Amino acid sequence: MSTPALPDAHNPSAKITKKILVLGATSGIAEATCRIWAAQGAQLFLVARNPEKLAAVAADLQTRGASYVGTAVADLDDTGKHAELLSHAINSLTGMDIAYLAYGVLGDQPRAEQDFEHAAQILHSNFVAPVSLLTWLANFCVQRHAGVLAVISSVAGERGRKSNYLYGSSKAGLTAFLAGLRNRIDREGVTVLTIKPGPVATAMTAHMNIKKADVNSVAQAIVKAIDAKRDNLYVPAIFQPIMFVIRNIPDRIFKKLNL
Amino acid sequence: MSLSAAEPEVLPTTSTPPEPVAGPPQFESWGRYPKYGARVVPLHWQSDFPAALQGSYDSALPVGLGRSYGDVCLLKDGTLLQTTGMNRLIDFDPATGILTAESGISLAQILDFAVRRGFFLPVTPGTKYVTLGGAIANDIHGKNHEVAGSFGNHVPCFELVRSDGTRRLCSRTENPDWYAATIGGMGLTGLIAWAQLRLRPIVSRGIDYEGIQFHGIDEFLELKQKYHDVEYTVSWVDCVSTGKNFARGIFMLGNHAKVPGELKPSPEPKLVFPFDAPAFALNRFSVSAFNTVYFHKQGKAHVKAVHDYEPFFYPLDAVLHWNRMYGKRGLVQFQYAIPWERAKEGTIAILREIAKSGLASFLAVLKAFGDIPSLGMMSFPQAGIMFALDFPIKPGITFPLLQRLGDMTLDYGGRLYPAKDAAMTAAQFQTFYPAWQRFARFRDPMLTSSFWERVTDSTGARPTL
Repeated sequence: MSTPALPDAHNPSAKITKKILVLGATSGIAEATCRIWAAQGAQLFLVARNPEKLAAVAADLQTRGASYVGTAVADLDDTGKHAELLSHAINSLTGMDIAYLAYGVLGDQPRAEQDFEHAAQILHSNFVAPVSLLTWLANFCVQRHAGVLAVISSVAGERGRKSNYLYGSSKAGLTAFLAGLRNRIDREGVTVLTIKPGPVATAMTAHMNIKKADVNSVAQAIVKAIDAKRDNLYVPAIFQPIMFVIRNIPDRIFKKLNL
Repeated sequence: MSLSAAEPEVLPTTSTPPEPVAGPPQFESWGRYPKYGARVVPLHWQSDFPAALQGSYDSALPVGLGRSYGDVCLLKDGTLLQTTGMNRLIDFDPATGILTAESGISLAQILDFAVRRGFFLPVTPGTKYVTLGGAIANDIHGKNHEVAGSFGNHVPCFELVRSDGTRRLCSRTENPDWYAATIGGMGLTGLIAWAQLRLRPIVSRGIDYEGIQFHGIDEFLELKQKYHDVEYTVSWVDCVSTGKNFARGIFMLGNHAKVPGELKPSPEPKLVFPFDAPAFALNRFSVSAFNTVYFHKQGKAHVKAVHDYEPFFYPLDAVLHWNRMYGKRGLVQFQYAIPWERAKEGTIAILREIAKSGLASFLAVLKAFGDIPSLGMMSFPQAGIMFALDFPIKPGITFPLLQRLGDMTLDYGGRLYPAKDAAMTAAQFQTFYPAWQRFARFRDPMLTSSFWERVTDSTGARPTL
């Protein structure tokens, strides 16, 4: 449900102060996205696990012009607490226009190949826990016939590769879940946006010595895709054709590649 | 990488401590000389320090955007703690203009926030791509030194974190000795976690600009006298021409426009210098031709106009990586401040020596420093004449010249600027900065830089190329 229009001196195009719930608010991509929303005067509710980092992000967004910043410290792996957490967040925001799910872990692929517990942990954080959150949020939005669920998946979910197939398969599951959810609730007036970033320069990828996209341009693309109510976003956009090629390489060749 | 059952139980998540970045891209200083291998560890959160040093026996150095020219932001075979991920705002009070932010925020990011709210940096260098922490650590100065002093004069307080985890709030009244050691302290006293900066109000992006041609140091000094109440003054000077054109230049002055104007943020720069220029691109003839064109560019001897602040303060920021113009070997900068007593004769003698060498580039800046004292124990600015010039690195020529120029600076009672230096000797440094031994007591035992190792080396080793 949209809130009354409030004029914003710094951004005349932002007629409405959006109410946005951010899950995993201390992730690099989430933080960069929230800075854009804060400058537009948005109302934000932030959830993250580490209290010091959450407080630092909240202070930054408040200073940048967010008209409201609420926070909750929570371990989102704990699915039993999701319902209580989400209803508290939405009560604090007095509504919700956008839920932005940026919660996830990269995991340690070599370790996950030897240690099923670690593999299961990656699947839980990147797939099971988001399914729990999104199920609750989808039903909330369907009741009101409004809302955007913007979820960070990954290009890694497009095809399993030996270098990160645990992370990739968890994101593949998430992408498939979102496709099905969209098919169910788009007709109810709820937008489901699947965000598929390539490697982005954030704390999560700091150890990876590869070409990485600038986090601020990624964040700008995400804000635009949400405003346009798009279904899918590859970011940077070049990953759309790249992943088309990667998806279509026959396995008899793909299995020999070092990707 | 194989993992055994004996591996400790650590679940990698987005909150694991930062890991080192292996191999290239190597961290380079702006001059791209010297080039040293180092481990770069990004800091994203205040809590990453000193945690990032755990398990490391190397020395470390906090660094920002690497815009200092020489080795003050380098540490050979050590750990560089890059603070640019620590770029959050903490508070802003529009009543006082005091901004509180983490130290890795860049001046460009501060401007993006501040200009649309009607505020501007109290002091800005010739590039906005420096961090708040770096600006304090080098106690940088700008075109308004005569009226505003250096950067540290506008930093009411900051928090200093040592490698042993102790934290100190530093201001003129609280831990004043740590405050004085850290302003201009070259990042050696600890990590500046966050700092306050007193911004100044503006009503427009515009700068009321005037450009005035001058011939020689006497005319420069007359102009400086005449326009002493103008906030920003700086001069470009031709360091190649001799005879009647010796030390000709353009005296540029500006005030923030007083007529209210639009306060929109700046666009992103679009131009990137695409490759390393070949070594012969900058020579006596190309520079001489450039200087003649630049001197006559304004058409008449005195022009007035309203400029946007971007081209006024940051003309070179419009081209990212302009340092590639100097080729793979890189560039060195020579920058001195000579006190008024011998400023004029020193400047003339040094300019003659430079013109004789034929090595000068067109990026030459002449300016007066005012008498507002810097707060740092090791700050560079002092009242008198400041001069800065880039040199391409030519084997066997550039460093002997810098040696002579450094000795001349010393003879005229001046000093060189560590943030711009790759050549001063230990003996020169220790004469320029007599407080260095007192300062050394505030250095964090885990932190050092290649600059510090070089200028405190008692063997007096000189850089060679």
